[in-house]
Amino acid sequence: MSWAPQTRQTPVGKWLRNPVATGYTGMALGVFAAFLGIPPFTSRTATWSLIVGIIAIMCGIATVTRGRKRLGLGAIATGIGGIGLGYLATRSSVDNLNIVFNASLIAQTFAFATPLVFAAIGGMFSERSGVVNIGLEGMMLMGAFWGVWGADVGGSWVVGLLVGMAIGAVLALVYAVFAIHLRADQIVGGTAVNFLALGITGYFFFQLYHGNYVSQGVSTIPNIKLPWISGLHFLGPAIGNLNLMIWVSFMLVIASYIVVFKTPIGLRIRACGEHPRAADTVGINVYAVRYGAVVLSGVLAAAGGVYLSDGFGGGTFNDNMTAGRGFIALAAMIFGNWRPAGAFAAALLFGFSSAIALRLQVYSPSASTLFNVLPYVLTLIAVAGVIGRTVAPAADGKPYRKQ
Amino acid sequence: MSADPTVPPEAPEEAAETGTLAARLALKQRAGGLVVPILTALLAFVLGGVVVLATGHNPLLAYRDIFNGAGLNWIFHPTTNIASTDAYNLSQTLLQTTTLILCGLAVAFAFRCGMFNIGGQGQYLVGLYVANWLGYEFAGMRPLPHILLAVGGATLAGAAWAGIAGFLKATVGAHEVISTIMLNWIAIWGGIWLFGDGGPLQNVANKSVPISNDVAASAQLPVFWGVQGLQGLDVGFFVALAALVVFALILNRTTLGFEVRAVGFNPEAAAYGGISVKKNLIRAMAISGAFAGLAGALDMLGYLYHFGTSDIPASSVGFLGIAVALLGRNTAIGTGIGALVFGALLYGTTHGLSSNVIDPSLAGNLTYMIQGLVVLFVGADVLILYIWNARRKLRPKSKSKTHPVGASA
Repeated sequence: MSWAPQTRQTPVGKWLRNPVATGYTGMALGVFAAFLGIPPFTSRTATWSLIVGIIAIMCGIATVTRGRKRLGLGAIATGIGGIGLGYLATRSSVDNLNIVFNASLIAQTFAFATPLVFAAIGGMFSERSGVVNIGLEGMMLMGAFWGVWGADVGGSWVVGLLVGMAIGAVLALVYAVFAIHLRADQIVGGTAVNFLALGITGYFFFQLYHGNYVSQGVSTIPNIKLPWISGLHFLGPAIGNLNLMIWVSFMLVIASYIVVFKTPIGLRIRACGEHPRAADTVGINVYAVRYGAVVLSGVLAAAGGVYLSDGFGGGTFNDNMTAGRGFIALAAMIFGNWRPAGAFAAALLFGFSSAIALRLQVYSPSASTLFNVLPYVLTLIAVAGVIGRTVAPAADGKPYRKQ
Repeated sequence: MSADPTVPPEAPEEAAETGTLAARLALKQRAGGLVVPILTALLAFVLGGVVVLATGHNPLLAYRDIFNGAGLNWIFHPTTNIASTDAYNLSQTLLQTTTLILCGLAVAFAFRCGMFNIGGQGQYLVGLYVANWLGYEFAGMRPLPHILLAVGGATLAGAAWAGIAGFLKATVGAHEVISTIMLNWIAIWGGIWLFGDGGPLQNVANKSVPISNDVAASAQLPVFWGVQGLQGLDVGFFVALAALVVFALILNRTTLGFEVRAVGFNPEAAAYGGISVKKNLIRAMAISGAFAGLAGALDMLGYLYHFGTSDIPASSVGFLGIAVALLGRNTAIGTGIGALVFGALLYGTTHGLSSNVIDPSLAGNLTYMIQGLVVLFVGADVLILYIWNARRKLRPKSKSKTHPVGASA
């Protein structure tokens, strides 16, 4: 198009013409509008939220008119939500806000998000290879119980972690045999795994511990104290003393991104999930890849479970401890569009809403419930395709039959 | 099912194995008949027994106690006198069976349309909430219209809740499993908010505890076996039995049922034959939800009358409905029998067990294990077919010509 008249390409002009950029900027501004009312900003009038929110909505409108309808609508919705939340924040007292929103909220968000990150990344591997895994909840629960049992019997959290992951792998292997070799319906099989895990952990919890908390003094997964950060003003309480598994989960996200998108193994996994017949034709062993991916999902979900009981929970277990976290992880994976970074962002968002819900319980039970239900509502909206349609791997959930 | 027009007489195995869920189920029904579900249940009970044995309990004694605890030994000396322990236990088991029949039908109906309704729990809860609200709010109505209003409202609410998933599936293709899981949790948290501290439907008299109001006397279902107000067996049991008949009639004797099954067996072929796939997905889901909502209504108006928010996440009958429907091969008679099996397990494990034999807490979790194993084995049609074929190969050739009796409703 060299003959076209050269328009002046300022960076702002470029940005305005790119609907994807305006869309995401609008969403970010919408979120920012909500944060203006709370510490560390603590704006006491709703004006600032209103201004930023309106800019977000304008970005959204610009995006819609340039053809990215869903993204733009998302930005508009975030802007409206941001104004609303920012306004609500100005209505409550500064003292309450300081109790609910402080640096340790960040630490708590990570703590709530980490089990979700492990399970969601695990689920992503399984689904990328073409096996739906709604048994994440059960695998996580198995990890939670057997992990703390291993730490109790073996005397070390390392043993606990290994035992928990091994049991998760065994359960995943059983599921894999049914889902891959026996070509059972994967939803039915996953449901069975959840029931089975609930029964087994409950049974042995009563058999071994009489349904009481696991004995005191169990070796727990340690926190990592960062000496050069923990003394700082805001960062100290936020990230200065996080659990080891939280840092592992960060590395897991990066590692899984590299494995899935930058290595031959990842290419094979994705090929099996998108078109197993074609993968088979070029010599990939579809069954082996799927077995590996499902077992890995069990290991990771169980690791999330071990963190829940032996890290976050301080070495205790109680009946049905995961209480739906496996399903939130599944939701995070879907919300994150079957991508490691997306799943991580969604897990953080859901972890944040859990952390907020916990803190709000004292002041306003109904607002607390609202934040508890948020992950499910957002996921329902996401699968409905209102904001950025999610797309599952093409062969997800379809058993493959060798020829 | 031999005169089933949607099932070709010899469906190729390949198509059935890679095809839709309903196609696979049809294949299994022809392959195994009654034998396979019984085999599945037996295998699950045996494996559950192995765990019981490995942890130092006697499985035979444990199962005997559960059998007696569920009141199933009533058949050896039947009596209508509710003062008899066996009769009382049986009435309680049947109360659980009532709920499980309807929760099972909620799963089975969607299955026949090729969908997996994992959201029976949420639909059941919505029915429970609406029945409680209508049962309390309209106190002073005459009993019959009040009951009809509460039951009807709860049924419609369940249908609407499931209808959301059906609508999303039909319009934007959202997978019903994901949307119903999300709707389950939204229903759970919605109930905690509605009936919790400061919630709009919290008990008006006592604002310090998160419980619901009591259903007015005019909305309570009459009890026919036992004592009203003390968990007697109410007329809801007959409603559930009637629902089994309605389920079979809709599926096998109406145009609606024909279309639903056609869509479940092969959506492309159904669409080619002029059947609206979208309409039937929504309809099948809504009818499924109606069954679950009805279950919630009968529980609330039959014997619960009120509930606390802590009961909401603890309830799992909607999930048990999955095992019931799968064990019953998604047929009316099968669902009825499956509901009785799991109803007996549910009540028999909570009650009257000696801790010398097996602790009730252990037995309760044994129920979950058996439930999981049943669902696991039911899902593996290839395994079942393999066992079935291996059994036929073992028999002498002269006998192998006798075909298995395809007993299904």
